[in-house]
Amino acid sequence: MTRYSALALLRAGLTGQRHWPRAWRDPSPRPNYEVIVIGGGGHGLATAYYLAKVHGIRNVAVLERGWIGGGNTGRNTTIVRSNYRLPALHNLFDFALGLWEGMSDELNYNVMFSPRGALFLGHSDADMTALAQRGDALRCDGIDAELMTANQLRELVPLLDMSPAARFPIHGGLMQPRGGTARHDAVAWGYARAADRLGVDIIQNCEVTGFTVAGGRVTGVETTRGAIGAGRVGICVAGNSGPVAALAGIRLPIEAQTLQAFVTEPVKPMIDTVIMSQSLHCYISQSDKGGIVLGGDPDQFPSYAQRGLPPRIAQAAAEAIALVPALSRLRMVRCWAGTTDMSFDGSPIISALPVDGLYLNGGWCYGGFKATPGSGYTYAHLLATGAAHPLAAPFALDRFATGATIDETGVGFMPQFH
Amino acid sequence: MMRIDCPHCGPRAQSEFGYERTLDSIVTLDMPADEAMARLYARANPRGLDDELWRHGLGCRQWIVLRRHRVTHEIVGVAAFDPAILS
Repeated sequence: MTRYSALALLRAGLTGQRHWPRAWRDPSPRPNYEVIVIGGGGHGLATAYYLAKVHGIRNVAVLERGWIGGGNTGRNTTIVRSNYRLPALHNLFDFALGLWEGMSDELNYNVMFSPRGALFLGHSDADMTALAQRGDALRCDGIDAELMTANQLRELVPLLDMSPAARFPIHGGLMQPRGGTARHDAVAWGYARAADRLGVDIIQNCEVTGFTVAGGRVTGVETTRGAIGAGRVGICVAGNSGPVAALAGIRLPIEAQTLQAFVTEPVKPMIDTVIMSQSLHCYISQSDKGGIVLGGDPDQFPSYAQRGLPPRIAQAAAEAIALVPALSRLRMVRCWAGTTDMSFDGSPIISALPVDGLYLNGGWCYGGFKATPGSGYTYAHLLATGAAHPLAAPFALDRFATGATIDETGVGFMPQFH
Repeated sequence: MMRIDCPHCGPRAQSEFGYERTLDSIVTLDMPADEAMARLYARANPRGLDDELWRHGLGCRQWIVLRRHRVTHEIVGVAAFDPAILS
């Protein structure tokens, strides 16, 4: 396999850049693997990579129903940050953020991680109090967080509507300078290429249709490409967590819902940070291509449709224009939707399941992309050792029965409100 | 976008309604703890039909029961909420 470098690029230029080898193999499934990861999204591919890299387990297959990165990995708003209020969450996400910082080098693949700053807006005194409290919680754990005044924001993002008559007045904000964006598809491709290089089989167009269980222990999976044996099986399928777990007769505290995202026509650089309003659920950033990427609320009822409701398009546009009036001149060119696995406390589940040898990494709601490397790293630890990584230990499935839920928004067990 | 045929008000836009929970997750006061836990936190979450409790919050404000397909969003049945479910 060619190592990507400036020299390799120059050399390939001699033949018109036409002879690059494929980035990963297209193997047929072998009869047996030590570990099978179901789901070839960013999380599943990262899991396979860290299984091989950190734990030396290379007899691994990633089974993907469609094509890798074709689910939520390619459907999010690409924002990376770790500024959660609760320690269990911000410690896990900040571990992921540390991995993001070195990812392009480690994978020898440019994931275009751009730490351009992730800014939360405060629209009231109450918002500012909550942001100050959140910032304090982050700084106590050594995570960067800077409370900013309205005047500082005026300089940082001149296009924000800071007038007193603004629909959503801006009192200030909380900035995480290390946050930013990354190229979402490149994350899947980079992990796939690096995992493949370590011997992992990435098998696309291979849907899991059942589990084989003997004596209460999983022994393999049934797929559209035949039965495959496995020592351990890790489910990592985001929106489809429910249906896949159901193949093993397990019901999860997860409901699938639809979340949309939107992008405008590309324009010259106008917003060089990530602007978020937690009060509105409005997310604004500019892609490297120039399009303004917008995110909004989920549809708030169960759905696997991968298409969203029109009223959400109008809502996201109205909120973004209220915050940055200049956006009103842009045309929205695409909208799309992904199926989010909404857990009942808004936090992920990285856990063993009631069937021996079967594990789950899911319930990331609509916040999974930023966790990709940390999710893969801690899930690989669980699959390799059978014990939870310390950062993932709070995210066990039994927390719902014991009452140790991790409820960042504090709205209780209604998944549609997280 | 769905149009929901409210049994009390007639056909209305989905945006008038709010999803509450699945019908099989209703917990009654005298339910044993194990069963209550399972109902609160364990969902079938099927890629297909399920019975759901919705509320017509911007209309008659009544609870209604939808039988709805979660991939196509087709609504195959709407019924008024029967309070007997709670006992």
